[in-house]
Amino acid sequence: MSTTLLRNLKVEADDYTLLADDAALPAAGKVIVSHARWHAERDALLASNLVVGIKIPNTVDIATVLPEIAERPLIALDFPAFPDGRAYSQARLLAERFAYKGELRATGKAVVRDQIGFMVRCGFTSFELRDGQDPAACLAAVHEFSVPYQQAADHVQPVFLRRRA
Amino acid sequence: MYQYDEYDQKLVDERVAQFRDQTRRYLAGELPDDEYRMLRLRNGLYVQRFAPMLRVAIPYGLLASKQVRMLGHIARTYDKGYGHLTTRQNIQFNWPTLESVPDILADLATVQMHAIQTSGNCIRNFTSDHLAGVAADELVDPRPYCEIARQWATLHPEFNWLPRKFKIAISSSTTDRAATRVHDIGVHIVRNEAGELGYTMYVGGGLGRTPIIGVKLRDFLPEADLLSYCEAVLRVYNRLGRRDNIYKARIKILVKETGPAKFAELVEAEWAQIKDSYLKLTQADLDRVKRHFSQPTYDATAANDTTYAARIAANPAFAAWTRRNLKAHRVPGYSAVFASLKAKGVAPGDIDAAQLDAVADLADRYSFGEVRVTHTQNLVFADVQQKDLYPLWQALAGIGLATPNIGLLTDVICCPGLDFCSLSNASSIAVAEEIFERFESLDDQHDIGEMKLNMSGCMNGCGHHSVGHIGILGVDKKGEEWYQITLGGSSSNDASLGDRTGPSVSRADIADAVQNLIETYLAERHSEDESFLACYRRVGMAPFKTRLYASVEAEA
Repeated sequence: MSTTLLRNLKVEADDYTLLADDAALPAAGKVIVSHARWHAERDALLASNLVVGIKIPNTVDIATVLPEIAERPLIALDFPAFPDGRAYSQARLLAERFAYKGELRATGKAVVRDQIGFMVRCGFTSFELRDGQDPAACLAAVHEFSVPYQQAADHVQPVFLRRRA
Repeated sequence: MYQYDEYDQKLVDERVAQFRDQTRRYLAGELPDDEYRMLRLRNGLYVQRFAPMLRVAIPYGLLASKQVRMLGHIARTYDKGYGHLTTRQNIQFNWPTLESVPDILADLATVQMHAIQTSGNCIRNFTSDHLAGVAADELVDPRPYCEIARQWATLHPEFNWLPRKFKIAISSSTTDRAATRVHDIGVHIVRNEAGELGYTMYVGGGLGRTPIIGVKLRDFLPEADLLSYCEAVLRVYNRLGRRDNIYKARIKILVKETGPAKFAELVEAEWAQIKDSYLKLTQADLDRVKRHFSQPTYDATAANDTTYAARIAANPAFAAWTRRNLKAHRVPGYSAVFASLKAKGVAPGDIDAAQLDAVADLADRYSFGEVRVTHTQNLVFADVQQKDLYPLWQALAGIGLATPNIGLLTDVICCPGLDFCSLSNASSIAVAEEIFERFESLDDQHDIGEMKLNMSGCMNGCGHHSVGHIGILGVDKKGEEWYQITLGGSSSNDASLGDRTGPSVSRADIADAVQNLIETYLAERHSEDESFLACYRRVGMAPFKTRLYASVEAEA
């Protein structure tokens, strides 16, 4: 069963392939490699014809690794368990502080309709939905709350700014 | 009282719709049990020993009369007719059905109430001083700051899935009545030498199985920077807090393992990045929220009343109540009045629907339509005129809320214990009742004075036992209920954790044990002016320990 991808708030075919660390590099196309592989094989990957995205563990300090990931066209951040919210902080740093403009992808067990609204707010732009998720319901859940109290990466005008007007 | 505007109202309405759908999906088998559990906890819904329990948020303990009436309606309609006030100024209902909770939340939303983030690993309800706005020792009213912070924390997109729960308390008075040093973040509103308002920030306090007093992270944080600093603390915690072991996941463990100095460095470094962001509070923002908490219109002639003195002279029971259950008010002729929820035969903090209705009426009649919940599980009518004290006392006595015991031994802080809670090891309510009966009269005889007896049914510490002058902790030993005792705890300015007396004592002996401790105090104290806590700190554990174990059965 292939994963459903939401990108820019619609269902899209996933043009990236997640590459295992020991898998041979394809000749061309778009791949996602682990942070470890990127670290070890960066020169070879850059020399290839591949478009290379990178998947970052949620234990990594974004500020530390920024120089080696900032130019990537895709960064995938992982939610290894439903309640593990570390990638929310990573996403906000990338999207807000470091103005990352590539595809910021959410992967893992929390990528479901009950959390996707928070993910959009924190700057994720694409979502590998967990198996069994209804894409239409996930898209609807993005707008479950019409006005946020906080300013965040989605640039929705928060309540306190509306009140100042 | 903060009044919702259209935005606040829309958010709680949308939250009800969201939870209604989550509950529907769960009941239809479309949402995994474990995930629904985490989602319902963020809406205050536990599944307890016998039934679900719903914890409703009372931001910084403040209630309008129509909200109190709604709580009465909920108790009557969806519960067995009563609720339970908690040590974090919230209210819990112990008997709703799971299916009815979306309707309860919808009812609450009609009076600007909710249960958002009253449980789960997220930022919880903000607590504060129950005498906010009326206390003589207050620098500024802390409630506008609480409300600003409440909004920042509500559905915060980054911090809804933290390693563990996160509790923040804000205090603005010389005497800390909000137990700030046992919170994940404790905020003291202060003025610096230049006369500017700001905050002293404490972090890493907490009770539970590893009780720790919070450490000072910053002496003075400018007034505009409250939210950015909290965000910096939360971001460091979300990134580095432990997720491998639930018992080591609170921020207090991170602060301890990192070391307070290094932790402060991490926070300061993060804060430097965001302190000049949109999180900086503007004077206009502060002023707008402060206007919601404008002072009631006090009667300038209130102090001219002469009936009060006459009533005191004529009625010893009324006089005794005024000595114990009134607190000074900054406006002449007014008092803050405590309604005691610690009466004989009633679980500490329990209040029934008829009492809730009556409290709402009394608030309307005598205290500008508002009432507060204290972290000691009592209620406060904060703005009562002197001439109204006697009729208010009569009315409270008529509904069983006039026990003259505020701050005394029988004003026990107590969790629901084994009777309700699925975590608990031992009864707490039954022990509280036994202690109440034992000391109801002894109190009068010996004038034991200021005393905090705090009791928890398990080491999660909802009854704040670690900071009780006498703390009692229920433990399970081979299926039997035993109790560990600590002495010398405090959650006030001189915050300290209690010292264990030694082996735990049996259910049969716990009331005797407390009596032994009280008698030791009465024998050892210099005078009636020396409190139990002061006496213990002076003479130490030895005499208490000797007397305690002389007559009771103990088991290590």
